[in-house]
Amino acid sequence: MRPVLLAGALLLAGRSLLGAGPANDDCLTCHGDAGAVREKEKTPVFVDEKVFAGSVHGAAGMACTDCHADLAAAEFPHAEKLARVDCSPCHDQQAGDYAKSFHAASHARNPASRAARCVDCHGSHGILPSKDPNAPTSHFKLPGTCLRCHGDPAIYKKAHRLKGNDPAHFADSIHGKALLKAGLTVAPNCATCHGYHEIRTPRDAGSTVNRVRVPATCGACHAGILSLFEQGVHGQALKKGNPNAPVCIDCHSAHEVIATETARWRLDVIKECGTCHESLIHSYRDTYHGQVTELGFTRVATCADCHSAHDIFGKADPRSTVAPARRLATCQKCHPGTSPNFAKYDPHADPRDKARNPLLFYTGKFMALLLVSVFGFFGLHTVLWIPRSFQARRAKTRRNGNGGGK
Amino acid sequence: MSGQVHYRRFDTADRVLHGCLMVSFLGLALTGIPLVFSHERWAAALFALGNFKVASTLHRVFASLLILTFAAHLYRILDRVFVRKDYGVLWGPRSMVPQPRDLKEMVQHVRWFFGLGPRPLFDHFTYWEKFDYWAVFWGMGIIGGSGLMLWLPRLFARVLPGWAFNVATLVHGEEALLAVVFIFTVHFFNGHLRPEKLPMDTVIFTGSVSEEELQDERPGEWERLRAEGALEALRTEPPPRRLLLLGRTVGTIAVGIGLVMVVLTISALIR
Repeated sequence: MRPVLLAGALLLAGRSLLGAGPANDDCLTCHGDAGAVREKEKTPVFVDEKVFAGSVHGAAGMACTDCHADLAAAEFPHAEKLARVDCSPCHDQQAGDYAKSFHAASHARNPASRAARCVDCHGSHGILPSKDPNAPTSHFKLPGTCLRCHGDPAIYKKAHRLKGNDPAHFADSIHGKALLKAGLTVAPNCATCHGYHEIRTPRDAGSTVNRVRVPATCGACHAGILSLFEQGVHGQALKKGNPNAPVCIDCHSAHEVIATETARWRLDVIKECGTCHESLIHSYRDTYHGQVTELGFTRVATCADCHSAHDIFGKADPRSTVAPARRLATCQKCHPGTSPNFAKYDPHADPRDKARNPLLFYTGKFMALLLVSVFGFFGLHTVLWIPRSFQARRAKTRRNGNGGGK
Repeated sequence: MSGQVHYRRFDTADRVLHGCLMVSFLGLALTGIPLVFSHERWAAALFALGNFKVASTLHRVFASLLILTFAAHLYRILDRVFVRKDYGVLWGPRSMVPQPRDLKEMVQHVRWFFGLGPRPLFDHFTYWEKFDYWAVFWGMGIIGGSGLMLWLPRLFARVLPGWAFNVATLVHGEEALLAVVFIFTVHFFNGHLRPEKLPMDTVIFTGSVSEEELQDERPGEWERLRAEGALEALRTEPPPRRLLLLGRTVGTIAVGIGLVMVVLTISALIR
């Protein structure tokens, strides 16, 4: 190999004496050798001519030195370490967007950062336009490209800390299945929500995935849901600037969005409602609805079955599915033919709440008193009896042992 | 002991009805208690054996069996009182009705626990047996009534207001908890797990007690029967080995299930 490199170097040295930069063929004299390696690190320096010719840049007839601009006037053999290729002279808009991204900020903050640069997503000599299905940045291949880092905790440390929201689980999500299994062009990939070059962290108010902007981002596709959400209490709270107002990802998660017909979703989302509506989930768990769902079955009502999912209103609001005038109809969705009396059942009754239902409160107190007194009395009765009972057993054994029974 | 003279305590109908009671009670507990402790992993595991539809159907089947058992028992009582004019059911030593002597015996029994006096001369039913009986009697009314409401809410809601179902839900669960823990601790101890009874009292399965046991446990009854000259009529053969074995097996299974349930229940209550 070394003779090859030397010969190439001599040739290139001759060329540069003539004043012009090396032509692609000159470069390939060395770099076209599939076995060519760097002198010290022994890492390959091979550039496949066919791959380059098939790339968007090769097809445009670009020269190696158009990107490796520092080699246009370099002495040969050239230095082992070349200047980083700068894409911005041609792709200034994309480079400008990238400069605003978290990837760029990571490099600015930490020189050892492994955050993605242009080549990490697009590739180098074989760059294909994103429209090309084989491009790593194509619609269907992008998640795999992002996950090379974001699915690997060795590179992206947060990857496994995002509990319940691991980007690596995207493939199992309804979005991932639509994209990767069903192959839908309308299915979102990472960039649909996070953007392309200007990817910002969710903490950044300018990010498309910042809490406040999440509904608009999801609503870009789910427009019908967005309008319901915006009318409902959660959307209204968000609009008023309540930082605790839930947005799409709080219930649906960001990366593990699953179909809402599945049992897992129907059961998990109850707990999600309960993280904010703590007293209501407790009273729900006291009812048959809450107990059966907690045991893992979905035949009974969950939160959304009564309160609806996105257009949730306070019970005093006539638009609410649990408003007095609409409550019976809501019950009848599952309990057809029930009477107005039936709908006066309190699905969130709390025996500890005297004001809400005094009769239930006193019944609960009576039952507690009954339990305590019965077990108090018979507990003590039993404990006191035990020593005497042992005596009786000993006496019986003695009697049977001595006289062989009475 | 098995070679001894035995005396009849329970007739066949008593034993069959107690068997029905055992089966339905255990079945109801197994299919119902998991709902009360739905947050416990064992509850979900128990329901996962079948599924919620199977469990709720079984619960109603066992409930129907228990209602029939209760009805049969009531029929027998009414028959004895009104048809056979056996008023001993209502008052006296052979009656389940609490009487002044029960209070006296209870005080005397507790004094005996402390070594402050002799053991009471118990007759046919002791005060704790009467408590067991009436606890179950009351429990069947309360749990059965609230259970029927929850089973047929549409029907009951024609008359009852919605909050009645909230009360029914609370009462059904709490009373069931009381019944389950009571039967699986106090009743089991009194009947079977007391040191002098271990491994169990088989009288409810065989129907008869040995002479020694009768003299030991119910000296009052022994004396009364002797004075009345009624012993001869109650005298019977010792229970056949097979019946004894069956009783022990069934009893052990029931006690085993009960003890597991009560450990799970109490551990869930403490946490």
